[in-house]
Amino acid sequence: MELSSHTSEGMRIITVPDARIDAAVAIEFKDAMRGMIEDAPERLVLDLGHVNFIDSSGLGAIVASMKMLNGERSLALAAMTPTVAKVFKLTRMDTVFDIYETVDLAKFDVAS
Amino acid sequence: MERDTYLPPVRVSVQSGLDAPRTALSQLLEDLSALKLDVEEAGTLELVVAEALNNICEHAYSGKERVGPIDILCRHGADGLHIAIEDEGNPMPDGKTPLGMPANVDTDMEDLPEGGFGWFLIRDLAKDIQYERKGPRNHLSLRVAVGLHPAA
Repeated sequence: MELSSHTSEGMRIITVPDARIDAAVAIEFKDAMRGMIEDAPERLVLDLGHVNFIDSSGLGAIVASMKMLNGERSLALAAMTPTVAKVFKLTRMDTVFDIYETVDLAKFDVAS
Repeated sequence: MERDTYLPPVRVSVQSGLDAPRTALSQLLEDLSALKLDVEEAGTLELVVAEALNNICEHAYSGKERVGPIDILCRHGADGLHIAIEDEGNPMPDGKTPLGMPANVDTDMEDLPEGGFGWFLIRDLAKDIQYERKGPRNHLSLRVAVGLHPAA
């Protein structure tokens, strides 16, 4: 899985281009995130706007990605589609991440 | 209001493997397209079936290079979609479906769970969950309460 990213003003926005983060790609996703995290600034935002389905493996991979930051840097989630938001809500993982409706709102919050 | 017509039963068969859940789900959703499920309903159905299939591929067919058939039968009724999933892998531990307790998220970040959400999601979203081992096959049946109302 190829992730794309944009870094400016102490913040890296990582975009998932795929429509699914599921068991078939969870390990690939985690590896790609490791690469994205390595030299990232303090604040990371994962843009999930293109992702319309996530399963428990994908959820686990996002949690694992946050744990790679050791609490020294932050990972927020943005632009969740309804089914993705549902998985986070049901598992209460929505209480663990900062979640923004859009990528722009994430940028604004970080900048303010 | 109940539908006056139901879809004919839909059958999907795949061979277990990393891509099996994806392949099966895309076929299942396509075969059910006449139901015109909304995003919420389709998401619920997809999650339940995905987690059940993930478990079959990861646990029932665990062990080296073990593969086998997965057969899905979906019947449409007044109370939703009745889904039966069969495989020829290992039986469930203790002959029962896992409890699927909610994961503990009120913990330090390093202790946050990265797995074990699957059966919790199935139990939360599906109804009438039954499991039986019959000879060499696992039979899991459940109901997802979607597709109840006539399409507009």
